[in-house]
Amino acid sequence: MRHLAMENMPESYLRYTQRKVFIICLLFLLTILLGVYAINAGSAKLSPAQVLLTLLGKAEGHLNIIIWNIRLPRVLAAITAGAGLSVAGCVMQSILRNPLASPFTLGVSQGAAFGAAVAIIALGAGSTHSASADAVIINNPYLVTISAFVGAMVTTMVVLFLAQIKGVTPEAMVLAGVALSSLFSAATIILQYFASDVQVASIVFWTFGDIGRASWRDLEIMAVVTGAALIYFMANQWNYNALDSGEETAKGLGVDVEKIRMAGMFVASLVTSVAVSFLGIIGFIGLVSPHMMRRILGGDHRFLIPASSVMGGLLLLASDTLARTIISPVVLPVGAITSFMGAPLFLYLLSRGYSKR
Amino acid sequence: MMLVVDKVEFSYSSRPVLRDIRFEVKRGELFSILGNNGAGKSTLLKCLNKILKPQTGTILIEKEDLSMLNRREVARRLGYVAQRYESGRFTVFDAVLLGRKPHIKWGATPRDLKIVQDVLQVLGMEELSLRYLDELSGGELQKVVIARALAQEPRVLLLDEPTSNLDLRNQFEVLKIVKKAAKERNIAVVVVMHDLNLAMRFADKFLLLKNGTIFACGGMEIMTPENIASVYGVQVAVERLAGIPVVVPL
Ligand SMILES: Nc1ncnc2c1ncn2[C@@H]1O[C@H](COP(=O)(O)OP(=O)(O)O)[C@@H](O)[C@H]1O
Ligand SMILES: [Mg+2]
Repeated sequence: MRHLAMENMPESYLRYTQRKVFIICLLFLLTILLGVYAINAGSAKLSPAQVLLTLLGKAEGHLNIIIWNIRLPRVLAAITAGAGLSVAGCVMQSILRNPLASPFTLGVSQGAAFGAAVAIIALGAGSTHSASADAVIINNPYLVTISAFVGAMVTTMVVLFLAQIKGVTPEAMVLAGVALSSLFSAATIILQYFASDVQVASIVFWTFGDIGRASWRDLEIMAVVTGAALIYFMANQWNYNALDSGEETAKGLGVDVEKIRMAGMFVASLVTSVAVSFLGIIGFIGLVSPHMMRRILGGDHRFLIPASSVMGGLLLLASDTLARTIISPVVLPVGAITSFMGAPLFLYLLSRGYSKR
Repeated sequence: MMLVVDKVEFSYSSRPVLRDIRFEVKRGELFSILGNNGAGKSTLLKCLNKILKPQTGTILIEKEDLSMLNRREVARRLGYVAQRYESGRFTVFDAVLLGRKPHIKWGATPRDLKIVQDVLQVLGMEELSLRYLDELSGGELQKVVIARALAQEPRVLLLDEPTSNLDLRNQFEVLKIVKKAAKERNIAVVVVMHDLNLAMRFADKFLLLKNGTIFACGGMEIMTPENIASVYGVQVAVERLAGIPVVVPL
């Protein structure tokens, strides 16, 4: 009996890991289903059959335009940005040893937003066409992204300095994040005094996050950066697992802690920057999805990283779909929806004390 | 000789902590480092593992110079259990599998899983393998981190006060496991201890550290009341009870 149990042990372990793979696949499938639904939903009513025909390239003109130019990029942008922000949050939580960390709560998103605003207003990377909410057209996405990245990295450097040199507690780090975000928000507001009225209107909207402004070109950049980041993070999965057991244990297991931390924050900031450059600030996604998945699957980054990214894509897609259908035809800023999910969780984590999981 | 330490000195920024440390540890030997709090025991262990880099002196692992090895190469040769560690949301099996990290390139192989399974079996922890770490007792958790270091298949095992938060029974159990591992795997084990009685019960060699320098080093013969009194600043008697040496403060 005892012998049998021992023989079956790796098998039961394999079953346990297979369960995790199964859950990730399930979430992925859900995302695809929701994606098809999201392409359907909206003020122009379409049927699933029409959607399918269009995607296969067999539909008439106006459907083509709605689906290919408006709905599909929007769905894909939500999935990509959600995945990117979530995986960035997941890795930040591990390398900073801080369960409250995420691009939004540490002010990295706000730093990126300021950087992007600088590029659009001061460096002339954007121009105005009409008076609608989408008035600012990004002419030079690379310049905007690079500028956003500089803003994100400045914040990241401050965060790393506080974490490493000063050794501040997770709560204090989030307070620093609050200070940094107010600073960047204030700077963005001041910048608006130098912008035209139309630019101001759109930048205000833009700081709340809007999935609908991604073009195919933006989407490409976002997908490439997010994909590369995912590969980088997956390649370091064992390092993050080791870090979760404490810094000294990680060093004993051969992890170059300082290097992994710097590189991880660098890549996480880059992912955040592209998402913020094209879609604006979307709060809490990077906090909520890693925590949900850690609850369900545990802290093993071999599974947590892919799971967080899939969950992030699903959550942001769901939020965006809700935002544009709940009081259709009015489209709510998606950041409002994600904050309704994220803020309560954040408060819960704070009140529980930050026991590390 | 498995481990040779020669003329090692270490300072934190400008504050000297270790001076002129030299000793040798053989295969299969359980070598204990003893001394007051703040004597530099943990610092010495971290130097042995290259977490800290000594300013001068050499450390040889099987004739290889530690300073020439990178982190990963060090981790393949030395297992290290820190005095403080954290437990993320991992199962016991995953936590021990982490010990295979220095040997893993991308994914865990069936061989890695087998090694973890064997270690868990030797420590009698198969039943716990799918339990989360935050659902374990202190003694079980301590055994998990030792299991991780054993799964690392090191040639030298470094343990920093592995029994400090354990009850009597678990103290004995953990040290028995460590002693057995040293003999069976023929590896050198260096243990920092604060309990003299446990050290005298299990260790083959002793190093008495006082203010960052070696006061005495050797076998049971150095564990005299005079030496212990000078190192710890407490008058003691060393007696035999049922054939077992014990230290009693006077
Ligand atoms: N990171 C550090 N920076 C500066 N001094 C330290 C550091 N760690 C330990 N020390 C000092 O070095 C001395 C030895 O510490 P340690 O090796 O931890 O002692 P032990 O493990 O024997 O109790 C102590 O005086 C301690 O205050
Ligand atoms: Mg110590």
